[in-house]
Amino acid sequence: MEEKMIQLKNITKQYKENKAVNHLNLSINKGEVFGLLGPNGAGKSTTIYMILGLTEPTEGEVYVDGIHATNKPIEVKQRVGFLPDNVGFYEDMTGIENLILTGKLNGLTNAEAEKRAMHWLEQVRMNHASAKKVGEYSRGMKQRLGLADILMKNPEVVIMDEPTLGIDPKGIHELLDLIKNLSEEHGLTILLSSHQLHQVQQICDRVGIFVKGELLAYGDIEELQRKLLDETSILYKVIVKNDNHQLVERLSMESYVDSIDWDGEAYHVKVNREDGGELARFFVSNQYDLLTLQRLSYGLDDIYQRYFQGGEMGD
Amino acid sequence: MIEAIKNKERWYKKAQQFVNSSLWILTRKEITDHIKSYRFNILMVIILLTCVASLYTAFSSIRDVASNLENNQSLFLYLRVFTITGENGTLPSFVTFISFLGPLLGISLGFDAINSERNKNTLLRIMSQPIPRDYIILSKFLGSLAVIAGFIFSLGFLVVGIGIISMGIPPTFGEIIRIVTYLVMIIIYVGFWLSLSILFSIRFKQAATSALAGIAIWLFFSIFYSIIVNLIVNASVPNQLFQAASTTSVQAESQQLLTSLMRFSPNYLFSEITTILLIPNFRTLGPISMEQLAGSVSAPLDLAQSFTIIWPQVIGILSAGIICFAISYFIFLFQEIRS
Repeated sequence: MEEKMIQLKNITKQYKENKAVNHLNLSINKGEVFGLLGPNGAGKSTTIYMILGLTEPTEGEVYVDGIHATNKPIEVKQRVGFLPDNVGFYEDMTGIENLILTGKLNGLTNAEAEKRAMHWLEQVRMNHASAKKVGEYSRGMKQRLGLADILMKNPEVVIMDEPTLGIDPKGIHELLDLIKNLSEEHGLTILLSSHQLHQVQQICDRVGIFVKGELLAYGDIEELQRKLLDETSILYKVIVKNDNHQLVERLSMESYVDSIDWDGEAYHVKVNREDGGELARFFVSNQYDLLTLQRLSYGLDDIYQRYFQGGEMGD
Repeated sequence: MIEAIKNKERWYKKAQQFVNSSLWILTRKEITDHIKSYRFNILMVIILLTCVASLYTAFSSIRDVASNLENNQSLFLYLRVFTITGENGTLPSFVTFISFLGPLLGISLGFDAINSERNKNTLLRIMSQPIPRDYIILSKFLGSLAVIAGFIFSLGFLVVGIGIISMGIPPTFGEIIRIVTYLVMIIIYVGFWLSLSILFSIRFKQAATSALAGIAIWLFFSIFYSIIVNLIVNASVPNQLFQAASTTSVQAESQQLLTSLMRFSPNYLFSEITTILLIPNFRTLGPISMEQLAGSVSAPLDLAQSFTIIWPQVIGILSAGIICFAISYFIFLFQEIRS
């Protein structure tokens, strides 16, 4: 049994009329990268605030490293570094001064804080701008400074709310690399929320899909795919050069084929078991020039789309 | 001997703990921010200039005051420096300036204490550090108050210093005590406005709204309140036609009503404190009748008596400030992070 770092037990958060989070159960293991996916307003940030003890859940309990987050928020905050979606720094202070302030608030002396700030600034490749005022920083720089800022306290858990929001693609790539590094080299538990699937897909061990305060599904991406698809049906994309009306007719007679769709460019063939070369053999033996035979796996996009549609329909 | 050393060590340790405590770290940051800010420096220049101007007139006319006084014993020259107005009323006294600009100082240091941090998203980042939530608001208050205290004390001692140089007479012990008390009173008074504006800064999301709310209350108390109170008192006097016939007791009653209504205004309380502290010849606050006056010796009050008279006023201002701060404390602690 793996060690549980964050545990949410049946938590509910009620804001006046609407429920931001509804009976959520979730646990995150030590050392894993967990992605909380969901559209805007799904309750991701609220969940994060409850983990940090910044907001009290209406019902249920939150434990971080075995500590009750609502009753002992200060102890939780000693262990958890939190990067809000729109991180704010004191703009008339330099980058390193901001970090030193954070360090001192976490009980470091001035010298220790400065040393650690230098170290992390180097790690996030911000040392060239450490003496500049934060007011002059770009968004990407602020985000990287934010990453250094949460590392000042030597956290065991890092929580990031929409870390990639508003950064250019190159910046996102760098940031994700940094996050990946942190989890691999320092063994940090990382929880990040996002509505950008592709980015999360790259670095997350597991993801949870969160819609309207409820966790619709979670697991690693393969697991989600399996949940999404009927396990018996597998989709292939087929393009042939000399197709004719007989193709559909003949193909549908094959026992392993469930359905065939034409999208104007390619055939989508659904088969009821893993293809062992039968499809290719069929085309070749029927003298079709097979150009493409590709197994379509469901990416996060499809999963996301599918679940979100489900969520919308609940409206 | 060993006990003493141990004691000393304990104090040293306590001091060190305080220096490393997150409350002090935050407070120190606030103080630095204020001292570096344009806002505080502009205000400081305004107050300094007006005070220097009023002091200039004070020092140029203090000689006449001194020669006019018959009783050498109760000169209180240094106290007169604070209260004296220009020869033909051109410039108000130091005291008037301070009671007018002091609230502005308090409001301007506090009106964006919390909401600017909220709007710049720094509040959330500080809150996710392992510090109790109340340290944030406490440090806001303490930092601003420390800056105000430093400024007011330097201003007060500057006046005394200039006085010593230009008049060549050292202040008496009584005068120094009165002046220091007066300075402490200014700090308490400004502290009240500070905590009021911090309350607004928590309540209102926009810094401009909270500044306006503070200034509105300041204007209300310094200009309109006395007008309103006068209206009320005039309306409550039974019959204007028979005013001539009305007895002294009715007049005294309406005067009493006027004073008690006015005492709801912190500005009025502060002006009473100022009067008693700086003009020891003022023997009482509020109306007195001729019978009460008869037989009293017209001599300045001594320190202890002055303190006794202003004590309720001091407590009034102090508790108004504490109530404001308690409300802001309460709202801040239970406020949801997201609206």
